Amino acid sequence: MRNIWTIARREYRHYFTSPIAYIVALLTLLTVGVYFVVIIYYLTNQSYYSNTAPGIDIVIGPMATVFLFASPALTMRLLADEQRMGTLELLLTTPIKEGELVVGKWLGAFLFLLTIIAVTLVFPIVLNKLTSPGIDQGAMISAYAAIILLTAAFLAIGTAMSSFFNNQFAAFFATLAVLILFWWLIRMPTYIIQNNTINNILNYVDLNNRFTTMLTGTMSLSDIVYPISLTALGLFLSAIAVEIRRWR
Amino acid sequence: MIRVTGLTKDYGSRRAIENLTFEAKQGEVVGFLGPNGAGKTTTMRILTGYMPPTYGTAQVAGFDIISESIEVRRRVGYLPETVPLYPDMTVFEYMKFMADLRHLPNAEDMVDEALELVQMEKRADGYISNLSKGMRQRVGLAQALLHKPEVLILDEPTIGLDPAQVVEFRNTVREVGKERTVLLSTHILSEAQQLCDRVLIINKGRIVAEDTPENLQARLVGAEHVVLRVKGEADDLLPVIMKIPGVQNAKLQPDGMLEFQFAPGTDVRPAVAKATIKAGYDLLEFRPVGMSLEEIFLQLTQDNVRKER
Repeated sequence: MRNIWTIARREYRHYFTSPIAYIVALLTLLTVGVYFVVIIYYLTNQSYYSNTAPGIDIVIGPMATVFLFASPALTMRLLADEQRMGTLELLLTTPIKEGELVVGKWLGAFLFLLTIIAVTLVFPIVLNKLTSPGIDQGAMISAYAAIILLTAAFLAIGTAMSSFFNNQFAAFFATLAVLILFWWLIRMPTYIIQNNTINNILNYVDLNNRFTTMLTGTMSLSDIVYPISLTALGLFLSAIAVEIRRWR
Repeated sequence: MIRVTGLTKDYGSRRAIENLTFEAKQGEVVGFLGPNGAGKTTTMRILTGYMPPTYGTAQVAGFDIISESIEVRRRVGYLPETVPLYPDMTVFEYMKFMADLRHLPNAEDMVDEALELVQMEKRADGYISNLSKGMRQRVGLAQALLHKPEVLILDEPTIGLDPAQVVEFRNTVREVGKERTVLLSTHILSEAQQLCDRVLIINKGRIVAEDTPENLQARLVGAEHVVLRVKGEADDLLPVIMKIPGVQNAKLQPDGMLEFQFAPGTDVRPAVAKATIKAGYDLLEFRPVGMSLEEIFLQLTQDNVRKER
């Protein structure tokens, strides 16, 4: 546990010295901010929309899209760079386990995105002031839980890809590919295939589907369990990949 | 203490090291000598728990490197060939990070102590990215010494150091080596000669010789070589020297130097010097040409090549 924390702390601090992290923070807050302003403007000025109250989804929805691209950028160097710089040899000859290393790395990135998520809490506060009688508290908690779970899964997939490749850019694009698969492509066959069993399976593993459900404030156990399992799987594969490196 | 038995490592179909067996005791500095690709780094990586061997095993500080890897890693200080540093950290941050990973109780004091040992305490707050190659090497060494390990494994530690730093570095290793086991690899032979109590010569994954540097020299150099230079031509001196009992293979070198050999134990040098002066020559230079480890090394590795053919 202590080792995980030591690794995570270094990783977290590293983000504040790297330009990528600042770009990710800027991009997230800018995108969410612009969306927020434009939507609020429309809702207040156009009579057509005037009977719709804005929900928290106008903040969390665009954030998820930004994180889809930001996560690979944040995780690509996690293990690939250690390998390249030769510091993996250092870490693996100290008394820490592969699992601790991998979880620590992931946790560092996760804490960084949690920090950005925490900053976006100003939007629901503003939204709460703007609407009467205030926004749906349940939906807000559910939406924030959704983005946090989604972030964990995105970053774990990224950590796994970073452990598979020595090259950061390979890790970046591989992560992006897997995320796009789980976010957009996985539901495509359901539009064609008539088989219910297959469609149920595809809908189950569709991250977007679960995320959108949670945004509306309805949360089922499997909506929570699925991203957590995906995170665990990603971290497990990363630990295996690091272990395999030893044997080569 | 390091005890290696039958260590073999295959990378795919290529055998990197084959059936290595050796020991290093506490308080001993053992040099690992060999050309590039001989298997030095592979052996060190196995001993530090970075990778497992294909066959065989080893005990480091009393623990098995495979079944008790974590215990071994606790007791070993390792400086890999490419010094593993994080350029975005300061020297102190980096050392503190390593101290935390090793769960050192009074981490900050131990960091200060290790940095003092390599004379980097003044640069503790500087970023690693701004350090010279030699300084990075020293930080790497400080990291290996940080937890006062029983066993110290250093892979080509003096690469990139300037001559003054090399001298400093050797003093540090000698100092540290008194109460620990040190295994260091190098392909600089004079270094092994100066630093090590014992030398293992490794070539193509096999140990080809193992002894103290002095013994290796004595064993392989059948005779001692001496060269002398006199003012003017030495042609007439040659027959004089050849007549002195014990002198073997006396001959003139193309550069005017006169070279001869004598069997160890029969020192003919005083007689040669006297004879030279007596013959009316002005003696300018008179020195032994010890066969260096370099030559021994070449001889050994070439013998190996010949046998394989």
